Amino acid sequence: MTTQATPAAAGPRPAPPPARRNRRSWTGWGFIGPFGAVFALVFMAPIAYSLYLSLFRDRMIGGNTFVGLDNFEKVLQDDAFWSSLGRVSLFLCVQVPVMLGLALLVALALDSGRLYGRDFFRISIFLPYAVPAVVATLMWGFMYGTRFGLVGDINDALGVSLPDPLSPDLLLAAIGNIVTWEFIGYNMLIFYSALRVIPHSLYEAAEIDGAGQFRVVTAIKLPAIRGALVIATIFSVIGSFQLFNEPSILQNLAPNAITSDYTPNLYTYSLSFNAQQHNYSATVAIVMGLITMVIAYVVQLRGMRKGA
Amino acid sequence: MTTPVTTAPAGSAAGRSGSPGSAPRLRTPRHRHTPGRPRRSVLLTVLTGLVLLYSLVPLVWLVIATTKSQEGLARSFGLWFDSDFALWNNIGETFTYDDGVFVRWLLNTVLYVVVGAGGATLLAVLGGYALAKFDFPGRRAVFAVIIGAVAVPGTALAVPTFLMFSKMHLTDTPWAVVIPSLISPFGLYLMWVFATEAVPAELLEAARIDGAGELRTFFQVALPLLAPGIVTVLLFTTVATWNNYFLPLIMLKDPDWYPLTLGLKSWNAQAETVGGEAVFHLVVTGSLITILPLIAAFLLLQKYWRSGLAAGSVKE
Repeated sequence: MTTQATPAAAGPRPAPPPARRNRRSWTGWGFIGPFGAVFALVFMAPIAYSLYLSLFRDRMIGGNTFVGLDNFEKVLQDDAFWSSLGRVSLFLCVQVPVMLGLALLVALALDSGRLYGRDFFRISIFLPYAVPAVVATLMWGFMYGTRFGLVGDINDALGVSLPDPLSPDLLLAAIGNIVTWEFIGYNMLIFYSALRVIPHSLYEAAEIDGAGQFRVVTAIKLPAIRGALVIATIFSVIGSFQLFNEPSILQNLAPNAITSDYTPNLYTYSLSFNAQQHNYSATVAIVMGLITMVIAYVVQLRGMRKGA
Repeated sequence: MTTPVTTAPAGSAAGRSGSPGSAPRLRTPRHRHTPGRPRRSVLLTVLTGLVLLYSLVPLVWLVIATTKSQEGLARSFGLWFDSDFALWNNIGETFTYDDGVFVRWLLNTVLYVVVGAGGATLLAVLGGYALAKFDFPGRRAVFAVIIGAVAVPGTALAVPTFLMFSKMHLTDTPWAVVIPSLISPFGLYLMWVFATEAVPAELLEAARIDGAGELRTFFQVALPLLAPGIVTVLLFTTVATWNNYFLPLIMLKDPDWYPLTLGLKSWNAQAETVGGEAVFHLVVTGSLITILPLIAAFLLLQKYWRSGLAAGSVKE
């Protein structure tokens, strides 16, 4: 009748705390398995396939031949690619700060509790997010019209002649405006949600210290939502580099200004579907993907490090 | 993006406005900005109102434009009504034009949303629950791969996916649009964060001790707790699928399988083609009909997606 030696007691440590989630088992795979299977089909397989494609070239004579990294070399020397990349980079440097800046200001205004009708503001400014890019672009496209659109109406009413937003000089700004309109509310909501969970006690402490509103924003609010700022920036970087829908739809209205290599994505699209250069198109897409990932990574590193 | 840091639960999102300043303070009258109840500012409201105008004016334009005939669109001021009120006529014509092809597009869109967004949500909920509540071999690898995938530009995948699907004879079928829509890395991420907070491990343990199987535990214990997160993910995948343009553009040639977005674009482009009839009044009316369901969904489900998003934004 001695005490039974339990296996656990014989271990190197006294019984492990039972709170340790779950015993390590394969059960979890049953739940994530379906996602994993589809993910392999629509993410991993296409990536592998485009890597494969990028190493070959389809020639009139000789058919499909292995060309090593020739396609990549061609991309690096492709002026059309670099000028499209330059265009979206310019877009990124201007549109993203404007959009995120406005979104942040609105989020701070909502969070300050000093607005009349806060909930109305929040939902109304968010609404454009629910509008498809196609509809947003068609709508703005109509409004941009100098003859029948709002721009034309303003010209008639005031007797001025505003420049055509869809002229080559202003086109990028016109697209930037559409994208800004679509995503201000979405980004505002991300920032606002992050602001709402800042512990109230921090504000009380700041008040006791005599900090003003501006100081509260810079010393408490902005550092507290750094994560949200970084995420929003990364999403916006990816979005800018992927710019496709808006220029593609505006092409009807501004056929001369929007060339088939206006953005990298339009370029890969037209390479694939108009020129049938699938191998080269896949290579351009890979290079674009790599550039995007590097920049997203840099944003994340810098954003997370700063004074953290 | 790095390992999660546990922070305040979802519920506290709403907590701030409700909590009044702690003890009554003697100096209150002199305090201009008590955190709990700041003074409302007309100036700030007006400034924010400018952004509000910017957001709403195009939508107001759209609503007004749907009341105009094609001639009215051309001749009247954009932000006011034309003498000729053509709304009912426009709606009727939108649904009947070209043998009612708009209805077909609407049904296609509904199909893609129900199967695509519904499926994406289901997969994300199951996967997020697994990542949050199970310790399984390869968990960290799964996590790393998915975080990496979020950074891969979706459109970079489109061309190879198209080529693969065309080898599998899936292009020009609904599958070509539905299958890629089934994966939402953002949805998975949101569900994972949400499930970590919302489902206490002790509760699952208790259910298991009571003899419930894993599936039963999931459906009866975890699922109800996950509801706000599920609504959030469902809304966002619905928006993504409903508004999808690039994927159907490359996958579908047959207008009979078009979703609304592609259909509207083709109506708009019709005026440019030789011999094509301009139907701008239908483009405008169709656009409004396209956005109404989503706007209604966002307005009606506010309560859910707000708390869902709040939880998701806490830790990154």
